[in-house]
Amino acid sequence: MTERTRESGAAIDVLQLHKYFGDNEVLQGIDFHVGNGQVVCVIGPSGSGKSTLLRCVNLLETPTSGKIFIEDTEITDPDVDVDAVRSRIGMVFQQFNLFPHMTVLKNLTVAQQKVKGRGKDEAVECARRNLAKVGLAEREDAYPAHLSGGQQQRIAIARALSMDPDMMLFDEPTSALDPELVGDVLGVMKDLASEGMTMMVVTHEMGFAREVGDKLVFMDGGVIVEEGDPVAVLGDPQHERTQSFLSKVL
Amino acid sequence: MAMSPRKRARVSRAVQYVVLAVLVVAVALVADWKTLGSTFLDPDLAREQFPDIISVALKNTILYTIGAFVFGLALGLVLALMRLSSVGPYRWLATTFIEFFRGVPALIVFIGFYFGLPIAFPGRQIPGGTFGVVVIALGLVGAAYMAETIRAGIQAVPKGQMEAARSLGMSHSRAMVTIIVPQAFRIILPPLTNELILLTKDSSLVYVVGLTFADYELTKFGREGLNDNANLTPLFLAALCYLLITVPLSIVVRRMEARSERAR
Ligand SMILES: Nc1ncnc2c1ncn2[C@@H]1O[C@H](COP(=O)(O)OP(=O)(O)O)[C@@H](O)[C@H]1O
Ligand SMILES: [Mg+2]
Repeated sequence: MTERTRESGAAIDVLQLHKYFGDNEVLQGIDFHVGNGQVVCVIGPSGSGKSTLLRCVNLLETPTSGKIFIEDTEITDPDVDVDAVRSRIGMVFQQFNLFPHMTVLKNLTVAQQKVKGRGKDEAVECARRNLAKVGLAEREDAYPAHLSGGQQQRIAIARALSMDPDMMLFDEPTSALDPELVGDVLGVMKDLASEGMTMMVVTHEMGFAREVGDKLVFMDGGVIVEEGDPVAVLGDPQHERTQSFLSKVL
Repeated sequence: MAMSPRKRARVSRAVQYVVLAVLVVAVALVADWKTLGSTFLDPDLAREQFPDIISVALKNTILYTIGAFVFGLALGLVLALMRLSSVGPYRWLATTFIEFFRGVPALIVFIGFYFGLPIAFPGRQIPGGTFGVVVIALGLVGAAYMAETIRAGIQAVPKGQMEAARSLGMSHSRAMVTIIVPQAFRIILPPLTNELILLTKDSSLVYVVGLTFADYELTKFGREGLNDNANLTPLFLAALCYLLITVPLSIVVRRMEARSERAR
């Protein structure tokens, strides 16, 4: 086995990552790389370990072994300041996870103030800028329960952006949405990509992966089966498992 | 012959009405209404109870209850967080406390506090006099119950909330304070209000500690009135005062429960 080394200019670098839940080896030696400003999409059947990989990258799950670098920080180092690492990485969940007891504006300012130590005015200004970016400037006083799923997810993206992250992680951001609301969220993500945001996106939206992605990764059974240029992987998959998965979803 | 279900229901309802009517008639015949009336609600004696029953007794009941509730809530929150802690000894300590105060009669806690503490710590006093004793003794018991309620509330907050807060860079404790606990309290508002009702009634246990008139709460007030007049009027009025507090609170609880039922 050849020991992989770090690539330069990497935003996210995952080396020989293993993750067990009890006896269940969910990630079986993942090598994974996201370059600065790249959009990498991860696809694969349910239970293949996509979420676990994504969650390891901001330490919501603790890797069993292997190394993960975020830019130049080795976050698998036990002495690393987990909170500081996380504040540099925006995360968007399938279930939005907005704070239901806070207004939209408060959702966007609370971490800026309590984590980044920003003053109220600065936090509000930053929040408004990001609300405008996701097209929801006029909803700052609403509570999450009064917004559609698509609006909630765009707010969740704006909340993550308000921390000025170096990169964004998305875990099936449109899977919980009614089909007619998916487009708005994907639109916001496309805009982000075109601004040069580094993104790692677990998704079932093959159109998005083809159009926006710089790289497509296919996972199955806790390993990366195939990866490469999205158009190539989707159009001419090399591996039999990739072919059978794509024939089901396309 | 078999009856249809509807017919059977009608017969059963008729039987229930008949039983009720017989009971009412029996009570009406047996009771001596005049004596009963003057024993429970003698108008002159009733008038004599005012304003003290309000300005002393009801006021003290409310003060004791609120004091104990606030103290119990604060301690209950600490205990709940200790029970959820990853540090073993914190969990054990909290569990021991909760099991002890939930398992022992509140009356024993009162007696222990009022009579036991001065013996155990001679020369020391609980600050705040009677108020202090009641608030602490009643608060300890309330805290044990509220801790379990709060813990259940914290665990009922969806896991994604903590993950979202952590992924924004909040520490675990910061996320608890700003994100999780406020949501937990919304969830447990109805059971907490029930706890307030229970505390209101339990504040009557203070009668075991020797009280001066200014410290009387409703039960003590009614009981002294009973002794002095050989008449139930003061006690009956005291009971009505409790209802004045507890019935509106139960209505509030039922409203809140109905609302969260609808929100589901
Ligand atoms: N917290 C957990 N505890 C135990 N098993 C888990 C946990 N999270 C995920 N798993 C298991 O890990 C495997 C991969 O899950 P996941 O990463 O969520 O897959 P995907 O996102 O690709 O659907 C599944 O078999 C799942 O049951
Ligand atoms: Mg998943």
